[in-house]
Amino acid sequence: MNWIQQNWQSVFPLAAAHVLLAGVPLILGLLLAIPLGWAARRWRRAYPVIVSTSGLLYTIPSLALFILMPLILGTRILDPINVVVAMTVYTVALLVRTVADGLGSVPDHVQQAATAMGYGPLRRFLTVELPLAVPVITAGLRVAAVSNVSIVSVASLVGVSQLGDLLIDGYNRNIPGELWLGIGACLLLALIFDVVITSAGRLLTPWTRVAA
Amino acid sequence: MIRFDRVTKQFPDGTTAVDELDLTAPTGQITVLVGPSGCGKTTSLRMVNRMIEPTSGAIFLDGADVADLKAAELRRGMGYVIQHAGLFPHKTIVDNIGTVPGLLGWSRAKTRERSMELLERVGLDPALANRYPSQLSGGQQQRVGVARALAADPPVMLMDEPFSAVDPVVRDQLQDEFLRLQAELGKTIVFVTHDIDEAIKLGDQVAVLRVGGRLAQVATPEYLLTHPADDFVADFVGRDRGYRALSFQSAPRLPLHQERTVVLGETPDEAREWVLVVSERREPLGWVEPARLTAPVGEADLQRGGTVARSEGSLRAALDAALSSPSRRGVIVDDVGELIGTVRAHEVLAAIEDADRPEVDPAQARGVEPSRDRRAAR
Ligand SMILES: Nc1ncnc2c1ncn2[C@@H]1O[C@H](COP(=O)(O)OP(=O)(O)OP(=O)(O)O)[C@@H](O)[C@H]1O
Ligand SMILES: [Mg+2]
Repeated sequence: MNWIQQNWQSVFPLAAAHVLLAGVPLILGLLLAIPLGWAARRWRRAYPVIVSTSGLLYTIPSLALFILMPLILGTRILDPINVVVAMTVYTVALLVRTVADGLGSVPDHVQQAATAMGYGPLRRFLTVELPLAVPVITAGLRVAAVSNVSIVSVASLVGVSQLGDLLIDGYNRNIPGELWLGIGACLLLALIFDVVITSAGRLLTPWTRVAA
Repeated sequence: MIRFDRVTKQFPDGTTAVDELDLTAPTGQITVLVGPSGCGKTTSLRMVNRMIEPTSGAIFLDGADVADLKAAELRRGMGYVIQHAGLFPHKTIVDNIGTVPGLLGWSRAKTRERSMELLERVGLDPALANRYPSQLSGGQQQRVGVARALAADPPVMLMDEPFSAVDPVVRDQLQDEFLRLQAELGKTIVFVTHDIDEAIKLGDQVAVLRVGGRLAQVATPEYLLTHPADDFVADFVGRDRGYRALSFQSAPRLPLHQERTVVLGETPDEAREWVLVVSERREPLGWVEPARLTAPVGEADLQRGGTVARSEGSLRAALDAALSSPSRRGVIVDDVGELIGTVRAHEVLAAIEDADRPEVDPAQARGVEPSRDRRAAR
């Protein structure tokens, strides 16, 4: 515990890096998953292909993906971009299905009403289907956020700093305080992500909170 | 005017939902499509605004083939009331109503003003404006559905069972309000229902479809009741059609009898078996038996079972007034509800026997008849 008292400030830059490395891919992944999820709904045959391919991506070990990225992208080995791209892949893998199912949860008669009123396809998607899919998408985002916060710590092994450094360093040098600080900070971060996502979801869906 | 010209719709799985439909929905009138479940009513309606494209044949809107019009623009020019209201759950009531004005690019202020106006027009409390659909009763939601379809004041309205999901009392009320609204607005309406009573009440013209999407008969409600084209239509129109047809026959000058009356709160002077109680303004209130009275006539003494018919009303109302009256004398009032006399059932029956039934009319005898000339000309 002594260690924590002397080194607690070191957690802040690492936590900031952790937020960026987990959070930016969350946003990018969502932006990519929305059109993919739409396509999976739009073309019935594409659904199993898109959903199972993205599911498979998630099963690639993170360390392998971090190491492969420079080869695929042509980036330098220590470039944080590698981690951002890899984490985006994981996020997309988790969210495509969520988005597709969220869009599928929009009642038929509501879609038909929108068509009958004269919505064009894009406008209908953005102003009717997507908003109504928000509750389902929010639930998926919470899972993806927790998953990102935990997976990203492995990036320390390829030299990209974040809270994972505390875990590896604490383990290598046998400093329990450092380990605990790393674990605690990760948990706290996951909690903060969860609160932010849940609040945003609530703000976007006022109609779900009225007494029915 | 909307004209279906030999319209057929076959779905990819081979189901023929609509078969060679020839039908004209005249401008400013209500055309009702009625028939059993699965007979192609919704499919027919959705071909008008191109949510479904016909396999063959064409639909003309004021002479223009709808297939040549841009689908989204066509739809914004037609009010559509979807089965079970189909409101947007994530939008407030005003925003739901303002959907089409929004799509047409009206300013927010103008859209909101129009939506609030319509909210009142369909009989809803403006306080509901900022609620969400889940906070409304089924009947209120259906009203919002109608208001939403009316928002941009389209000349054409397509209505798919708009009043089906509510109890009979509310439905009756919605129908009455709908007819009042239509009397003001004069829209060209295609109205789908599976309820023949609704069809007869609302339609200027009723098209009966049979399963397989074949038109069985197009006629006025009265004609349908008096001259169903075949067994299917007769069956579908149902029992009591002779009696129901009387709704469309206005009562001729019935022989009215002067009725002795007593004003509420007074004591009838003679002990005849039934005496009619009226208000100060001679509006009939109910009947009393003087023999049973111990004090001046009070509200509690009234027998209110009898219906009241207007002298300008239908034979059905006059007959019902006589049949439902405890004294067997049917109460007839004038336009403002003042008593003008009573009539007996046998006198109404005599009037019925004298009344003309609609003549047989080849144009209304069948569904396919009106277009025969055109077909022969091809
Ligand atoms: N997309 C579709 N694919 C295949 N068949 C369809 C499709 N839509 C409707 N049908 C069939 O076409 C027929 C007519 O359907 P439609 O919805 O027009 O009936 P309806 O008269 O509106 O019935 P209801 O009173 O039950 O609403 C039915 O047999 C139905 O099963
Ligand atoms: Mg239908």
